Amino acid sequence: MAALTGTAIIRNGSVFDPLNGINGDKKDIFIREGKVVPSLSSAEQKDALVIDARGKTVMPGGVDSHSHVAGTKVNAGRLMRPEDHYKSVRARTALTHSGSGYTVPSVYKQGYDYAAMGYTTVFEAAMPPLEARHTHEEMRATPILDMGAYMVLGNNWFIMRYLKEGDIEKAAAYTSWMLRTHKGYGIKCVNPAGVENWGWARNVSGLDQPNIHFEVTPRELIRGLAEVNEMLGLPMSLHLHANNLGHPGNWETARDSLMITSGMEARNKSQLEWGETQESARRRQTVYLAHAQFSAYGGTSWRDFCSGAADLAKYINQVDDVVIDSGSVPFGPATTMTGDGPAQHDLYMITGQKWSNTDVELECGSGVLPLVYMKSSPVHSVQWAIGLEVMLLIDDPWKTIMTTDHPNGGIFTQYPQLLTWLMSKKARDDTAKECHKWAYDKSTLGGVDRELSLYEMAIVTRANPARTIGMAYRKGHLGAGADGDVTIYDIDPANLNPNDTSALTAKLARPGYTIKDGRIVARQGEIVSVPDGRRFYCQPYVDEDLEKDMLKDVKDWFKYYTVGFANYPVPDKYLKNPVAIPVNQPLEAVMRR
Amino acid sequence: MAEIILKIREKIGIMVEAEAISPESFAGKGKEEIEALLVWQGPEKLPLSRFFDVEASGPSASPEETRIIMQGDLSRVKRIGEGMKAGSIEIDGPAGMHLGAEMVGGSILVKGNAGSWSGREMKGGLLHIKGNCGDHVGSAYRGSWRGMTGGQIIVDGNARSQLGGGLAGGQITVEGDVENFCGIRQSGGMILVRGSAVRGVGAEMNGGAIAVCKDILQPSPGFVETGREEDPKLGEVQLEGRFVKYAGDYALSKNAKGTLYCREV
Repeated sequence: MAALTGTAIIRNGSVFDPLNGINGDKKDIFIREGKVVPSLSSAEQKDALVIDARGKTVMPGGVDSHSHVAGTKVNAGRLMRPEDHYKSVRARTALTHSGSGYTVPSVYKQGYDYAAMGYTTVFEAAMPPLEARHTHEEMRATPILDMGAYMVLGNNWFIMRYLKEGDIEKAAAYTSWMLRTHKGYGIKCVNPAGVENWGWARNVSGLDQPNIHFEVTPRELIRGLAEVNEMLGLPMSLHLHANNLGHPGNWETARDSLMITSGMEARNKSQLEWGETQESARRRQTVYLAHAQFSAYGGTSWRDFCSGAADLAKYINQVDDVVIDSGSVPFGPATTMTGDGPAQHDLYMITGQKWSNTDVELECGSGVLPLVYMKSSPVHSVQWAIGLEVMLLIDDPWKTIMTTDHPNGGIFTQYPQLLTWLMSKKARDDTAKECHKWAYDKSTLGGVDRELSLYEMAIVTRANPARTIGMAYRKGHLGAGADGDVTIYDIDPANLNPNDTSALTAKLARPGYTIKDGRIVARQGEIVSVPDGRRFYCQPYVDEDLEKDMLKDVKDWFKYYTVGFANYPVPDKYLKNPVAIPVNQPLEAVMRR
Repeated sequence: MAEIILKIREKIGIMVEAEAISPESFAGKGKEEIEALLVWQGPEKLPLSRFFDVEASGPSASPEETRIIMQGDLSRVKRIGEGMKAGSIEIDGPAGMHLGAEMVGGSILVKGNAGSWSGREMKGGLLHIKGNCGDHVGSAYRGSWRGMTGGQIIVDGNARSQLGGGLAGGQITVEGDVENFCGIRQSGGMILVRGSAVRGVGAEMNGGAIAVCKDILQPSPGFVETGREEDPKLGEVQLEGRFVKYAGDYALSKNAKGTLYCREV
């Protein structure tokens, strides 16, 4: 029964809690009714679940801030890849559903696999507004995990129109209405201006190239959406998938894109109770670059392709307003899926693989294509190196988040392997020997000695993803008031040998315990309880008259949609355990200037 | 040498998924242990003895030294010998779908007909079907683009459609006829059809070779004649007579590397 009440004591573990500056100190963690507390009364201790974590590594539950786990493109990936499913199946148990899929698992398997690996919070990286219902349906069916979804707005007709007209207030009004209407968490911007052009079989190649019809440039969209983001005071900054993604030489585009928001002030106005942390749990960045690996390419073509990570990292090392996630490539089967329709078409032209492409009317686009990253491939080997360089060459771990852009660069279940490379130069050297020689010849990775410590690992997999997306008020740390989400790895920090690479990977893959809200959900990789997760979304407000004005425009153009206006919003019943985050008070609502 | 005989007890209703029937899983096991091996039938997991009378003779042995003999109508028993690496299976009658799928080594001999997906994604070994077989022999499974990569399939009778779909290596010989899309998306390996084919031979192929020794009723449009040859040699196989040689499939690629021989009419 104790496990069910969510009251627990984790005794004597070596705790890594970077937001509280705790670096392996031996410490007890107390959780009462799902929340971390400074202590428990002796009566409460009697009923608490007690876990002896002596000689073990204790961290906050893992937080994935960029993963493709719900929605139409994810499901398209499942539908077009039966071969991904029949070789990766999971039998039902008394507690859990059956499931299948390796690169794109079914929602149940996805939830179990994340929890078994020590993750308790996962955010869907791209929710097209029109597909929000589908996205929420899949999140509702995903067990255990706390989730939310970023809304894709970078090629939205209304946003493009308002920003072209210079009407930033209406753009803010539209964004706030859209987040509330579709229960979205933050703003995602995918190949701004380019995906709209893809409707006419084109793309944009530079930040100052206006697109067709709307004649708005990527620069105007990035700046405009970032301004809207800070005007509304959203918990997360603008989340950017840069232009020219996947093209040789694109690191300059990425750097120039990150410079656009330079000098803006990060303003998280969310009205929340914040758990206690020693470091500020509020984000500093005004732009969060997605999957930097895909945007850190040097060279001018695939023939002289090389890493541009060192150049990109040099810029990021100089500034304090940027966070990236890595989008690393751990080799093996993947399913690329993105809202960047033209980038996916480029991949199709290179590989000839099966390919799905979608236009999301008035809003965005999407493409899906299976891909196998091979060590024998020169380009894939460099991509592997870049995915590690972006994590290792950016000095401050508070600017990086470890991901594989699941399932684009690799699969989330490969995180343990990825961490092993980050924590052991020997692991990198061993793999480089198996790769095409371009891996080290065309990157700086071979000369990088840095190895992440457990403390840094906790930053890039927990504290920083939570802080970057504004969830550190309750996630990513173990201060009083935080959610009782804890991962206990069977790793004794005193005897950690990162060069015993297979053992390290195995221990990271199967933590001794995954605890969510004070309850054990997984033990040694086995799911032992299946609570329902929460669904987070933001509720920003603008001035009522401004919103009315904006809605007139929306209704006027709704004739171009194939859905009726009344059917557009996501009804409340689509969310299980919704947590609405109030973003600004009426007094702070965005007004006409 | 261990010899295990499985005799079917009665006609099987819902198809049985019997990947447990392979030299690897039988090796070193006695009669009772083999009888207790579990197979799926619909939603239920049942012991082999529910469907078969088991006789085991000889000392327990390694997979290489294990010979399995199956008797009766096995057309509703799927996945026999799936993934097997060594040893042999002899089937005295018809066999069901996915026979020898993903097999790596050893041999399977079927005296009757075999179902669809026989030798699917096979990697090595020998699969010999004395009778006819169904669709997708030696091909990739749904969604996958790589079929058989090694080994040999011999069909003494006819095969139906999509034989060798996605073939990337190994060799398939059909003494009789094939139907549609033989060698679709083939990228390597070799297919020899002693009889005729209906249509779509080598559609979207970009490597490997196919020979059809009689007619192709409707040739694929993306193939271009590159010459005519007397008694050409296809790998190790010597063909007899005059053949037209084609390259293709240009419908897929400007740089098509597939080769197709068809008997000159």
